[in-house]
Amino acid sequence: MDVRDDVVDILAGFALFADLSTPQLESLVETFGEETYVEGDRVLRQGLTGSSFYVILDGSASIRVDGVDRASLRAGDYFGEISCLLGVPPTADIVARGTLRCLVLPAQELESFLVGHPQVMYRLLQGEARKVRTTTRWLS
Amino acid sequence: MTDRPFPPARYSLLVVGSGPGALQLTYSLRRLGVEHAVISQDSEPGGMFRRWPIFQRMLSWTKPYANHERGSTAYERYDWNSLLGDDDASRAIMPRIMDGTSYFPSRPEMQRGLEAFATGTGLQIRYECRWESTRKDGDDFVLTTSDGEYRAPCVVFAVGIAEPWKPSVLDIEGVQQYGQLRPAEQYADKRVFIVGKQNSGFEIASGLLPWARQIVLASPSSAKLSVDTRTLVGVRARYVQPYEDWALAGGVVILDASIERVEPSGAGYAVHTKSPADGRQLMFDVDDVIAATGFVSPLQDLPQVGVATFGQSRIPTQTPFWESATVRGIYFAGTIMQGSQGMRKHGIPSNSGAVQGYRYNARVLARHLAEERFGHKPEQRRLRSEEVVPLLLSEASRGPELWHQRSYLARVIGVGSDGGITDEGIKPLAHFVDGGGEHDGVAITLEANGKDDPYPAVYVRAGGRLVEHLMGSHPLLDFEGPEYQSELSGVLSGVLGRAPATRSAQ
Repeated sequence: MDVRDDVVDILAGFALFADLSTPQLESLVETFGEETYVEGDRVLRQGLTGSSFYVILDGSASIRVDGVDRASLRAGDYFGEISCLLGVPPTADIVARGTLRCLVLPAQELESFLVGHPQVMYRLLQGEARKVRTTTRWLS
Repeated sequence: MTDRPFPPARYSLLVVGSGPGALQLTYSLRRLGVEHAVISQDSEPGGMFRRWPIFQRMLSWTKPYANHERGSTAYERYDWNSLLGDDDASRAIMPRIMDGTSYFPSRPEMQRGLEAFATGTGLQIRYECRWESTRKDGDDFVLTTSDGEYRAPCVVFAVGIAEPWKPSVLDIEGVQQYGQLRPAEQYADKRVFIVGKQNSGFEIASGLLPWARQIVLASPSSAKLSVDTRTLVGVRARYVQPYEDWALAGGVVILDASIERVEPSGAGYAVHTKSPADGRQLMFDVDDVIAATGFVSPLQDLPQVGVATFGQSRIPTQTPFWESATVRGIYFAGTIMQGSQGMRKHGIPSNSGAVQGYRYNARVLARHLAEERFGHKPEQRRLRSEEVVPLLLSEASRGPELWHQRSYLARVIGVGSDGGITDEGIKPLAHFVDGGGEHDGVAITLEANGKDDPYPAVYVRAGGRLVEHLMGSHPLLDFEGPEYQSELSGVLSGVLGRAPATRSAQ
């Protein structure tokens, strides 16, 4: 058992996991790995296969496309889900801005996790819908 | 005591530890001619293998007979436990020591193998010298030890991750941890509750199967098995017997549940659990509670010096060359090297937590330190362009560094601005991919995705742009056939095209 109480407390405050009970959050913490990056580290690499799904626990990161920063991510945000769901390489680098602490789930485990936690799947779907709406606004 | 090496003084490089990670590093540094001191709190070499695994048999195998000659480089793929020497006497030591009853060495055999390596190669270590505290003084680190103060601008800590850890819910008197177990026969007819479903929990359960009346293994998430993940992630086959006992309803209970609380109850304990799936609560009356909940690294006061750590195991965050990401001059060797996470493609970690992985890291680190801190000129053999494809495919088929450290270590070829091709040897893949570099180059590694056979992965940097090329696998894992040669030649045509057709090897 690898229950890290501080991580459970952090996750309890994230919208993505708002519907989970404490034992479910403890199980999630055991299922996901934890990784820490420092300034400038690449978490996702544009164009390279084999990436994972990440949830930012602490810190911030840049979304960088072809070397240009396009947006930023912060605690509670997640990334890598499109690459995992579609089985394609990421279309952007995700680069740590200072110390960045993430939970990580390999792509091959994302489906079973989401199917096993439909509330998280619904929240994630809401997040994707917001991204589509934002993109549509940009294009219109 | 007067003939003990390395008395307290200032050294240009200090290594702390005498487990396999430290032994491999000091050996490799000596072979490169890098002066350094080594201190260890232990009285003899071997590190944690002088005590553990507690049931006295290793989890890593050594196949005495394989398709490659014992002692050859290619044989190392099958021998996970021998350290890497440069002469016949110090290579493939373990199969010579093992008694043939198992291809997993016993713990005493592993200890003897490490002692034989240290003695046979004449390694110098100051034993019984305990590191107590650390501070920074100008460019130096000052380590206070039981023998006095050591100063060095560069320190490598190879102190393991073998300090048992337990969560606060298990912090009550009598709860045992890995290393605190009684002799197995003293669990005869006892009800044993083991918290944790990783290898240490299953190792304990396996050892107690002939003795305990009932064994419960519990943690919030399901157990993973290495035969399913096709990696070292998950319970190894050697410890799967309790899992089969549970699957066949033999009496073992394997439970996905969080531990809500543990209370003393009579001569034993009452353990209250709650299912993450449906919230169902259960209570177990047991005689013993064992925490198999992980280990931490005994870093002492390094976090106060500025060393950042992550995760429950408090592993230092590291660069691709195993330097602290937050304190320059502090490096790590041995199992702590798993803190340099590399690419983690498909979520699969390196094997840096095990001897068969970190023994190669140590060699790479020794060379890195020699070049970066001691001014050694990099060894870079010049290659003719027609040598490149056979070399890379040979590495993918037989290179032990690539086999044991998939998507982590790579064989790197550099292409200079003059078109000259150099063999840069084994380097961390993350360094090649993320480190950029001014010149073009190629890195080949072996990759696994958790479901298929391993396959070669080639990374080509040309004109500042990096491209990944994944090659297909082969049923016999032989990547040297004409189809691979043709494919790789095509992949490299752009980057090697500018190279002179012939160039004498040096």
